[in-house]
Amino acid sequence: MVNINPIIKAEDLVKRYGELTAVDGVSFHVKEGEMFGFLGPNGAGKTTTMKMIQCVSPKTSGKLEVFGMDVSAHEREIKKYMGVVPQENNLDPDFTVYENLRNYSRYFDIPREDAEKRIEELLNFVQLQDKKNVMTESLSGGMKRRLVLARALLNNPQLIVLDEPTVGLDPQARHLIWDKLRSLKKRGVTIVLTTHYLDEAEKLCDRLVVMDYGKILVDGKPSQIIKDHIGTGVVEVDNHPGIVECLRKSETSYEVMGEIIVIYTNDAMHISDQLSIECALDKMTTRKATLEDVFLKLTGRKLRE
Amino acid sequence: MSYLQYFLIPELDRRLLKVWLRNKDVFMKNIKLNFLPPFLEPILYLLAMGFGLGTFVDEIGGVSYAQFIAPALIAVSVMYASFFECTYGSYVRMYYQKTFDAIIATPLIIEDVIAGELLWGATRSTINALVMVPVIAAFGLIDLKYSFLIIPFAFLGGLLFACIGMCFTAMTPNIMALNYPALLFITPMFLFSGTFFPLEVLPEPIQYLALAFLPLTHIVRVIRTLAYGSLELSLISDLLWILIASMLFFILSMNLMKKKLIV
Repeated sequence: MVNINPIIKAEDLVKRYGELTAVDGVSFHVKEGEMFGFLGPNGAGKTTTMKMIQCVSPKTSGKLEVFGMDVSAHEREIKKYMGVVPQENNLDPDFTVYENLRNYSRYFDIPREDAEKRIEELLNFVQLQDKKNVMTESLSGGMKRRLVLARALLNNPQLIVLDEPTVGLDPQARHLIWDKLRSLKKRGVTIVLTTHYLDEAEKLCDRLVVMDYGKILVDGKPSQIIKDHIGTGVVEVDNHPGIVECLRKSETSYEVMGEIIVIYTNDAMHISDQLSIECALDKMTTRKATLEDVFLKLTGRKLRE
Repeated sequence: MSYLQYFLIPELDRRLLKVWLRNKDVFMKNIKLNFLPPFLEPILYLLAMGFGLGTFVDEIGGVSYAQFIAPALIAVSVMYASFFECTYGSYVRMYYQKTFDAIIATPLIIEDVIAGELLWGATRSTINALVMVPVIAAFGLIDLKYSFLIIPFAFLGGLLFACIGMCFTAMTPNIMALNYPALLFITPMFLFSGTFFPLEVLPEPIQYLALAFLPLTHIVRVIRTLAYGSLELSLISDLLWILIASMLFFILSMNLMKKKLIV
């Protein structure tokens, strides 16, 4: 570990629910000011890890520190400096947009005048000024998400934890959220998020981990992870009987995925030339390797749940 | 597993009052509607039972039937207000609105949230008493000497039913199942706690059972005594019973809720 004072430090962290081990001895650290992602299929243990970081789910064993404090002993202090965007919007349906924020600010003991100023700023930041006096029930999905984000920023948090911040949003709303997260990062806020959208993780995260079955399979910079596990490029060809034979001879790294064969490579041009000559292939797709390739390679194609 | 784990004393923070404040703010948004039931209900009951049915009753213990049931109506309202606030009301906030989840992402912990809810439940009972005492006094059915004491007492009585209700909320598998305590616990209590007829007409063992297990009997006794314009030493035993039961259920409800929500 390079940084002496990571914002989050987990060592051999375990969470069991009865027989089920949801988080199975994970270790990671999140540095100050970085955007850190948790990826993984449903049931991988991402949300459970988030909940332990948020101090709302006690760990079974191992070590977990946020801001250098033990989560089991300093939950109130930790939560004071943390903002949370939960998976499910839990805005207060009994209140308007403004009242939601005003009411929430009281839990942080923010004085009335400061809170009112802060709320104005935040409504501008998430572009909800016009909706100030609207009941939250009538907001669109994207607006609700933005309001939850604004609510998470009321206490000027040093760390924001977001569980699937853009799930179910249209592309415009997603991009707006991304934009807001980037500007928060610029201000030095540390951001931890989970996501199913691999393009999101690839675009936003400085570093990330891929989890499955409660364990961390891989961690690092997105580009480095892709390079290490896939290479720079991918060639996709239709799955014909003769091709597998031909590929085996050419000693390339490939994977059969149903109707298509995916070939991982550092030199897509060379491979596609070689394949068209040696294997007499004429139909193939060449593209850049993505995080999705790594994800599927590591966690398999089997459906979860 | 030891039963003692359900009686761990929580470390509460004064921020729990912010939870009370949240519920108060929502209440104030619908203040007109919220004030109507405690205003209208005693009038309807008094008309139907006190002055209607009551014409067939000579007197009970030296007072008219309307005078006899008037304090019980306040006691019943104290029970209903906090019990339903902390069962159906709290369940909706906990399960459907996820209000508790949102609050525990702040420096508050779940015990603070529950404590705030319980205090709010007790406040609902107090508000009901606050509205009902003048209404009933306007009918000339209560002695004004000590009747104002019914209002602060309603907070304590309300707290007891808030805490009991919260225990059911923590244990219920779904909102429909809350109908069981409402039907099997609250309704019998409404009828058999010395509310509409004196406890003394019941067989003696049943009287003792009522005093031991139906909290409303104690609330009715205290409110009735105050409404009759007397202060008796025997009220101390009722107050003690209510106080001890409230403390036990206060702590129990928090531990049950923590077990349910913090996993």
